[in-house]
Amino acid sequence: MFFSTEGITKRFGGLAAVEDVSVSVEKGTITAIIGPNGAGKSTFFNLISGIHPLSSGKILFKDHDITRMPPQQIARLGIGRTFQTTNLFEQSTVLDNVLIGHRLRTKSGIWDAIFRTKREKEEEKRSYQKALEALEFVEMMHVIEHPVSLISQEEKKRLAFALALATDPEMVLLDEPAAGVNPDETDGLAYLMRKMADHGITVCLIEHKMPMIMSLADQIVVLNHGKKIAEGRPEEIRQNEAVIQAYLGGEAHAPVKQY
Amino acid sequence: MLNFLSKRVLISIVAVAAVLFPLVFPNMYVLQLLTLVFIWSIAVYGFNIISGYVGYLSLAHAGFFAIGAYGLGLLTTKGGLSYWLSLLLAVIITSIAGALVGVIALRTKSHFFAIYTMCVGVIVYLLIDKWDSLTGGVRGLIGIPAPGNLGPITFDTLTSQYYLALFFLSFTIFLCYRIVHSLLGRTFIAIRNSEELAKTIGISIMKNQLLAFTLSALFAGLSGALYASFIRFIGPQISAITVTFEMLMYLLVGGIGTLAGPIVGTLIVISLTQSLQFLEEYRMLIFGPVVVLLVLYYPRGITGSINGYLQKKKQQRVKVANEEHDEKRKVGEAG
Repeated sequence: MFFSTEGITKRFGGLAAVEDVSVSVEKGTITAIIGPNGAGKSTFFNLISGIHPLSSGKILFKDHDITRMPPQQIARLGIGRTFQTTNLFEQSTVLDNVLIGHRLRTKSGIWDAIFRTKREKEEEKRSYQKALEALEFVEMMHVIEHPVSLISQEEKKRLAFALALATDPEMVLLDEPAAGVNPDETDGLAYLMRKMADHGITVCLIEHKMPMIMSLADQIVVLNHGKKIAEGRPEEIRQNEAVIQAYLGGEAHAPVKQY
Repeated sequence: MLNFLSKRVLISIVAVAAVLFPLVFPNMYVLQLLTLVFIWSIAVYGFNIISGYVGYLSLAHAGFFAIGAYGLGLLTTKGGLSYWLSLLLAVIITSIAGALVGVIALRTKSHFFAIYTMCVGVIVYLLIDKWDSLTGGVRGLIGIPAPGNLGPITFDTLTSQYYLALFFLSFTIFLCYRIVHSLLGRTFIAIRNSEELAKTIGISIMKNQLLAFTLSALFAGLSGALYASFIRFIGPQISAITVTFEMLMYLLVGGIGTLAGPIVGTLIVISLTQSLQFLEEYRMLIFGPVVVLLVLYYPRGITGSINGYLQKKKQQRVKVANEEHDEKRKVGEAG
């Protein structure tokens, strides 16, 4: 298995934000994680990327146990991610933002900086190439010199993809990649995610836009109150009783109360 | 390109002016003042690395300054070591102290970090003030030698000390320039930008912060050691928290997180305090509000605001160029 979680649980005090969730993902597929607000989707991502330590359970990636690994090591192993709120450096240019993405594959330290060694120059060059490749991939070459404060919301989303891609990931975690953009732009972003998967990058995303999910995802995982309530292909999820319940509230076959 | 060239020209003019200054304008008072400005600037450059580029407000800076100053003072007067060896050792000692404090302090974030480092500063002050047998306590340390001879070069005149301070300041600025414009510098800025994001793109936060913190202590130590051998008398008050806040003021006025900020801020604030000297105690009545206004309306300081203005102009040019490009494309499509 390429990536899997085994019964992972995260408790904040007495509250279980994520409880006993087991998911497995195959290489090069798109997995969507859906669920009502507060279902524990973002926490689930934070557990995978090592931002929060688990309370219990196990996470495996490419046969490595990454359960207790710090975030930077997980990133080096090949899991990239984007955040719900586009977390970018507003003052710098698009290119400068992406450049730092390749830092984890470079080794230049303080002495390389001071003496501007051959390694520093080579690694800078490599970071530039990597950043340009990533920007080319997300089709943003026309704005690389723009400061981030000048580009549109949708371009910021693409830029966040590029930053994650610059880390040379094998899997990316995208937290609401299409939030706050219009339907046309959503299609563009969906196309990008499909393109990533076609290039062998496994995609996991959290999303609320159902039409996009239904046409894009190979697999859907539904969380509610921190628990996995369903898992399967889009057409299976569409008809799943538990999912309809969670989304529409109440029980599908609730007994009618007589007064 | 024009911007780049004019920047080079500007830097060259400032450098030449700094070198020629004592020859053209041999005013002892002004030279003394400028030498102090250069020495303080070195400490402020250190401050800028951790607080400006990494984004962690360290309030232990006067403490490190004092460790450097007392390190040099004690090694030369009580240790009997040569000046240059003492200078080197003082800088190394301060860096080690910085690394040790950093290991613990950097486990805290934002305002807790500021409070923790402020406590470290106070502890350094108390150590110097109360450890009478070593530091001389409130009486201070006297008889610190001036920089020793370096072959044929002597440092017994004010002019030569001016050049010495200028040399170390240029060296400091050069190091900071190299660091800021490297992958390492980009890493620091990424941490300032968002620690969470930096972590997920594989950056070791602790390792980089510790490096930045140690570097900042190193420059504070160098500055302190130079100060001790320039003034030749030091007392516990150089490690007082007010000294840290003074350095912070230089940094804020000049522009936090900019390369020219520390020297610009230190130069302006120190000369302003000196020229308001005739007002005696009342000068703070004028000076305080000026600083408050500056911080309110120009939060990025003088250098930061100028940079911002230049960037804005550049953005407008990009915008105009884009619009022209779009126009042409439309015309082309229509044709």
